[in-house]
Parts: sequence; C-alpha cells; structure tokens
Amino acid sequence: MSQPPQHLELTKVDIDFPTPNGPFKALQDINLTINKGEFVSLIGHSGCGKSTVLNIVAGLYQATNGGCLLDGKEVNAPGPERAVVFQNHSLLPWLTAYENVELAVKQVFGKSKSKAEMREWIEHNLSLVHMDHAMDKRPDEISGGMKQRVGIARALAMEPTVMLMDEPFGALDALTRAHLQDSLMEIQKDLNNTVIMITHDVDEAVLLSDRIVMMTNGPAATVGEILHIDLPRPRDRIALADDPQYNHYRHEVLTFLYEKQRTPDSGLSSKKKDEATLKVATGEHKPKAKGEDKAA
Amino acid sequence: MSNILATMGLSRFIENPKTNFSQLGKSLLIPLIGLLIFLFIWEIGAKNVHTSLGTFPGPAAVYQQSLTLIEEHKAERIKEVKFYERQDVRNEKKLAKNPDAKIKVRPYTGKPTFFDQIITSLITVLAGFVIASLIAIPAGILIGLNSTLYSAFNPLIQLFKPVSPLAWLPLVTMIVSAVYVSKDPMFAKSFITSLITVSLCSLWPTLLNTAVGVSSISKDLQNVSQVLRLNWFTHIVKIVLPSAIPMMFTGLRLSLGIAWMVLIAAEMLAQNPGLGKFVWDEFQNGSSNSLGRIMVAVLVIGFIGFLLDRCMLFLQRKMSWDKTVVLR
Repeated sequence: MSQPPQHLELTKVDIDFPTPNGPFKALQDINLTINKGEFVSLIGHSGCGKSTVLNIVAGLYQATNGGCLLDGKEVNAPGPERAVVFQNHSLLPWLTAYENVELAVKQVFGKSKSKAEMREWIEHNLSLVHMDHAMDKRPDEISGGMKQRVGIARALAMEPTVMLMDEPFGALDALTRAHLQDSLMEIQKDLNNTVIMITHDVDEAVLLSDRIVMMTNGPAATVGEILHIDLPRPRDRIALADDPQYNHYRHEVLTFLYEKQRTPDSGLSSKKKDEATLKVATGEHKPKAKGEDKAA
Repeated sequence: MSNILATMGLSRFIENPKTNFSQLGKSLLIPLIGLLIFLFIWEIGAKNVHTSLGTFPGPAAVYQQSLTLIEEHKAERIKEVKFYERQDVRNEKKLAKNPDAKIKVRPYTGKPTFFDQIITSLITVLAGFVIASLIAIPAGILIGLNSTLYSAFNPLIQLFKPVSPLAWLPLVTMIVSAVYVSKDPMFAKSFITSLITVSLCSLWPTLLNTAVGVSSISKDLQNVSQVLRLNWFTHIVKIVLPSAIPMMFTGLRLSLGIAWMVLIAAEMLAQNPGLGKFVWDEFQNGSSNSLGRIMVAVLVIGFIGFLLDRCMLFLQRKMSWDKTVVLR
C-alpha cells in the first residue's frame, strides 16, 4: 500500500456542524483523489455539501474526521496556493479591478517580485481574462461577468497549485457564462493547473471536466458516482452539442441527479416520482452499486 | 459659491443648472413658505407672551439684537486695539526715560463678546469630538472584531450611554481641579472640564456604530482575507475599515450632534466660557433685551449644529467608496 503521494487526496472526510439539536453530519466518508492538472466538477442538489467539500480543501472548514492532503501535506488552514473563486465574486468593492488583483499579488509575491514585475504580472493576469481594458474600474462600475473575470484573475494571479471555484458562473446569464467557460478552458489548457469546480449546470460540468463527481443528497452526503469524461480537447461547444458521446455523458449525469438522487420537490410528475421511489425502495440504485466506480 | 451650495445640500441645482425651474421652485419655495409661516406664528405668538423681562421678542426684535451683538463685537475689538496702542505708547515712554526699565505687556481683559464665545465653543466641541473619536474608533474596531470583548464591554456601554452630561459635570470638575494642577497651564481648567464632559457623552454612538459596522463584515470578504492570509494590520486597513466606514460615519455624525448639545449644557451649568455661558449670563442679567439676545444665541446654536452636520456629511461623501448610495 505504499503508493507515491497523490496530488490532492481527501480521505474518509466527515464533517459535523454543531446545531442546538446536536451535531449535524453534513458529509460522511468522502474519498477522492485528484491528479495534477485535472479538471474536476462537483455536482449535486442544493444543500448536499458541495461547497463544504470545497471549503475543506480551501482550509476554511476543518474536517471532523479524516483529512485532506495536498502534495503530501495536510491542509489545515486557508492559503493562496489553494486560491478560491467565490460564487459572488467577493471583490473588495472599494478597490479597482487592478487593486483587487494587486492585493493578492502583493501577498504572494511581495518578497519575490519587484514592483515592475508585480505590475506586469497583474496586468498579464487581467489580460488573460480579457479585463485589461477595465483595470481601473471599481466592481460597481462593471457587469457581473466582468466582476467574475476579475475574481478569476485574482485567483490565477496567486499561481495556485489548485484553483477552487464555487459555482463561479452561477449568477451569470447564459451567453456570458459560455464566454467565460471558453476562456476558462483556454487558460486551463495553457497553465495546466488543477481545478475543482462546483456547479449546478450539467452542460457546464460535461463541457469543462475531466471527471464529474456526483454527490448524494445530504445530510451525511457522500460521493455517489464518478464519471470520466473522455472527450478530446480542445472542446467545442457547438460541435459537442451534436455529439452522441457528449449527450451520453449528459444523460448519465441527469439520470443521477433526477432519478437516483431525486429531491422531494424536484418537480417530477407524480407517476414518475412513484416509479423513482419504488426504485430507491427496492435498493436498485443505492450508492453501494457505485463502489466499482470509486475503486476505478 | 458652488461649495457653499453643496454643503447646504443643494448640489443638484449646480450640477445641472438647466434642471427645470419648477423643480427648483418646489425645493426652494416650499421650505421658504414653511419658514414664512413659522415667522408669522412666532410674531403673533411672541406679542401675546408677557414675561417679567417684557414681551417675548418677535423676529424683528431678534434681528435687531443680532445687529446690536455685531456692533458690540466691533466696539470691543476697537477698544482692544486702542488698549494695546495705549500700552505700547506707555511702554515706549518708559523706555525713553530709562532704557533698563522692565516692560510689562498685559493682555487685554475685556469681556468676551458673543462672537468670541462662538469661537470658544467651536474649539471646545471640535477638540472634544476629536478626542472622543480617537478613543471610540479604535475601541469600536477592537470590540467589533472580538465577540468576547463585545460581551464584556456591552453592558458597560449600555450603562454609560444614557448618562446626561449634567451628571458627569460635577465629577469631572472635581477630578480636573484635583489632577490638573499646573502653575502655567497650557489650557484653562474650564476648557479641560468642558472637553472631558463632551468627550464622555459623545463617545458612545461612534463606539457602538463602529463596533456594529466592524462585526457585520460580509463572510465572503473575511474568507478572501483568510485565503490571502492577510496579516491583522492589512486585514484591518484593507478590509475592516473600508467596510465599516458607512456605519462609522453614522456614529460620528450622531456623536458630533450630541457633542454640540452637551457642550452648551455644560457651559451653562459650569459657567465655562462659550455660548452656553453667554445664554446663562443674559438670563442672569435680566435686561429688557436679554430674551432677544438669548433667542439670537438659540438660532446661532441651531445653525452651527446644522453646519457641523453638513461638514460631516461632506467628509462622509469624500471618504465613502460607494458613490451610488444617496447620503443625506
């Protein structure tokens, strides 16, 4: 069992949150290994603990049992090598786009880079996300998509080992989202950094990911299935829209989300609901069936 | 001119002079009508109020008194200049007779005029306010960041917040007399007493509002700070202070308002120089003009309070990063 240390490894992670009615087990027995340069999506219904997993990797939460190793080192505090792109951009509203990225760059490279180098690096990262034209605008002067671009630039500028993205495009309209997804694919191709992204969007997950981690519903949520996406890169959304393999992957994820992990208010017709309940009741789709997938 | 308009809150008229005149008329005319109605009621009402010092002064009498106060001020200044001239002449004569003579330059000791009292009050209130803010803002940040400290100090703050300046004043006076002993004091004792009383009373709104502003920083920004591993100083300067600024200014404006009210009361009670003492002296004088002169002081106190608030608003607009919020 003496394997070389994995890049990123979550082992038997449980987390309990204290509530007035005793501890609430949000996650149970999460096991996940991620390779360097891999793009992994976490998908699941609202409240299933996707963000909690991300926050544990980020170091913002501490696992109650088990833990997270990054390149063989235990993760127990937040740090810039695990940069986070937050769902609602989380830019400091009193700083310009440039200054927001600068804050991060100064923190990470304040000692190793000269002022001119830092300036160049900030501008380089803003131009990666096509924001170099609006560097001196404050967040309330730019659109939601542009704010998210700056958020991504801030994360990239930290040169993170792992980039963590918490529904980065969730609040954007479909067109802006498509643009940013394409930008993200390009950037990831060039930099080859590891990305863990939370999403609710099945198309987004299939289009961007190397693997999709599908989570069961909480409480005590865990990894349900893991789906490998073997689509050649670079991926083109228009070509893929008509690709049977792509549609098969979509079908897999949708089946997991809407049949195997139905929520009571998922809006299915009552007949379908009954069928699904029956399936669950007969144990036909219990998570244990996916043990093989985890082992793979 | 435009600056004055801006401080008066009329900036929207200078930004776009062509704004339709009906709007300008409305926003100027209606307050004007209100003012006229007030003056009318004042005039009628005043005629019917008879006091031991004569009929209560109406607007015209008060206007007359304000002119008198200006005249008195000018006269006092001339007297002062003449005093120094006389003194210089006398000293020169002394020196001419005997070059080794000791020369004394005595300061003028005339009665402070209404305008001198205004200046004294303004200096005191600003000094008191600055001291209160210098204590309240750092303390508020500390309490806001640390919930244990907040729980420890909150009962004390709630206890002292409602205390009237008049209750503090005797204690402060006694303590200042006992502690502030110096042969050549830099500040008068009365100034120190007023200052401390003002600070003690105007501390609380800034303290509480800063604490609330600091403790309600969005969780997202705190996460950003953690991920970036900002040290505490950068965290406070880059994240805590900017996000607490709106609440802090709400507190500062409340504090300055309280400071001004407290100061007048303290000056009246303690006979410390300032507008409050002016009012009290006039009340004690009991001449037929006294009520008019007090009324002038009341209006001036109100107007200065208004200007102080406008200054804070101006400062708040300068400091605020969120230009979309309408501050009023």
